[in-house]
Amino acid sequence: MRIIDVALLYVLLALGLNIVVGFAGLLDLGYIAFFAIGAYLAGLFASPQFAVVIESLLMEYPAAGAALSSLVGTDVVANGFHLSVWIIIPLSAVVAGLFGAILGAPTLKLRGDYLAIVTLGFGEIIRIFMNNLNGPINITNGPQGINLIDPIQIAGISLAGQTGSGGMVNVAGFMLPSVNAYYFLFLILSVITIFVSRRLQDSRLGRAWIAIREDEIAAKSMGINVRNVKLLAFAMGATFGGVAGAMFAAFQGFISPESFSLTESIVVLAMVVLGGIGHIAGVVMGAVLLAALPEILRHTVTPIQMALLGEVWIDAEVLRQLLYGLALVCIMLIRPAGLWPSPVRENRPVKVDAEAKL
Amino acid sequence: MTSAPLLHIEQVSKRFGGLQALSDVELKIYPHQIVGLIGPNGAGKTSLFNVITGLYQAETGRFSLSGKSYSPSAPHRVAQAGIARTFQNIRLFADMTACENVMVGRHVRTHQGILGAILRHPAARKEEAEIEQRAHELLEFVGIAHLTDRAARHLSYGDQRRLEIARALATDPILLALDEPAAGMNHSEKDNLHQLLLKIKAQCCAILLIEHDVKLMMSICDRITVLDYGKIIAEGEPHEIQKNPAVLAAYLGGEVA
Repeated sequence: MRIIDVALLYVLLALGLNIVVGFAGLLDLGYIAFFAIGAYLAGLFASPQFAVVIESLLMEYPAAGAALSSLVGTDVVANGFHLSVWIIIPLSAVVAGLFGAILGAPTLKLRGDYLAIVTLGFGEIIRIFMNNLNGPINITNGPQGINLIDPIQIAGISLAGQTGSGGMVNVAGFMLPSVNAYYFLFLILSVITIFVSRRLQDSRLGRAWIAIREDEIAAKSMGINVRNVKLLAFAMGATFGGVAGAMFAAFQGFISPESFSLTESIVVLAMVVLGGIGHIAGVVMGAVLLAALPEILRHTVTPIQMALLGEVWIDAEVLRQLLYGLALVCIMLIRPAGLWPSPVRENRPVKVDAEAKL
Repeated sequence: MTSAPLLHIEQVSKRFGGLQALSDVELKIYPHQIVGLIGPNGAGKTSLFNVITGLYQAETGRFSLSGKSYSPSAPHRVAQAGIARTFQNIRLFADMTACENVMVGRHVRTHQGILGAILRHPAARKEEAEIEQRAHELLEFVGIAHLTDRAARHLSYGDQRRLEIARALATDPILLALDEPAAGMNHSEKDNLHQLLLKIKAQCCAILLIEHDVKLMMSICDRITVLDYGKIIAEGEPHEIQKNPAVLAAYLGGEVA
């Protein structure tokens, strides 16, 4: 169940990245930064961490610390913020979206490889910030990460389970394990994301994104304000990433910069490319496949080797990377548009051709 | 032609490094006119197009459109102002359907943003329906209504040209700038194009036309401007141009008689 929860988070991420890479054609290798921003916002505003921030601020800059503590009140000074999920989700969406636009702005004139390099740099910058913002004022707790992040509470029900029930959640009289409760929440979020993605795709804005992907000069000449439309794509993609990040933080209860490395960006990109770049159903499939793969390997590789060979020759993690690489190479060679590409992009005449000729 | 010119550009100059691509070009286009732009290869025709439509920035020049001065500083503003164009090497959105290509052309005359896209409130639906309706009308107008749902890159060459014109018309232009629309077309396709251009002139807007096909140009244009080495060497009605010695010299390379 936990595997599916994580897979659904990856669906959210992949669909967000699909807006940037798939629709607007902007190769973004630092997408995980927005996931990180969402996660750290949840970490900051839904855990005791804010108390730590104020404490370190009081040590370093007593005046500013005192001003901030009088502003937020004694409760927050002692325990940190514990905002409800209804505030955390929009907050992470808006802040991540804002960062999407900010990080997108300097890259507007870049294309292809250059854009990829710059976004890769931005992704790393955010991660390194998270790693080092523990001094002079301790905001992110550095490499140790933020712990004790509140689980999600909806209508007074904590999805981590009731105390003393062994992690069971009471939803309208049904007792669910905590992971199942999260499953339903993430499923709902995924469905919303798919819905929003679809609607965006078939809209004036979605067509403008795709037009830019197809031919930027023609798009400009047709009156599309390329700068604004690209920034919107970055911001929309980042919004999904931010929400996914906040969910991830609440789900895990713990975050550290390690979770937001370049590899993660590449994994999400691989999901989009493998599934079918720009095609929502394909991207969802790619995300589920690639998210499930390491878990399946983890549960099968060692036992199979033990049974067949009597010892472990290849570590599951090593095999995973090997298979990722192999899968991507094969996709690029055999199905460059992805496993399940959108019908128009497939490299053969669509069936209307036959009808039109009659 | 007593009315004010639709497009009036004066003293337009453009350099690429040491090459003077355009020097002191003047051009006037009146409503419901087809104005041709001809000249040998490299004469600066496409450069002039790109300057007018904002893809290149001219060093000097005064531009006015329907009596108002406009500065072609960004292509999307030029489209907003009412000049639409096609490209010498077709630039369609290859993976979009014919209909979607034309719908993109409506972008500049419509307004719905993210909220409209996600919520699809009545105003957004109405606008979307209008965009689609208009796209179908335009595909019908250029004569490829039967190819609505075909991906642009699967269209034949002539149909791609037509689609590009339909997409440009979707921006509701007051001037349509066509860069070699007949290039690579066969006879019957050229005839169709001829009819289409006359129809556009009568029903839609003025046309600025670059074309190498002299027969087509002579029969369709109201006025012709001839460029050579970035300078205007002749301007007039087709029959005047045909006899102009400077034009003959530029094309045939002979001495001026």
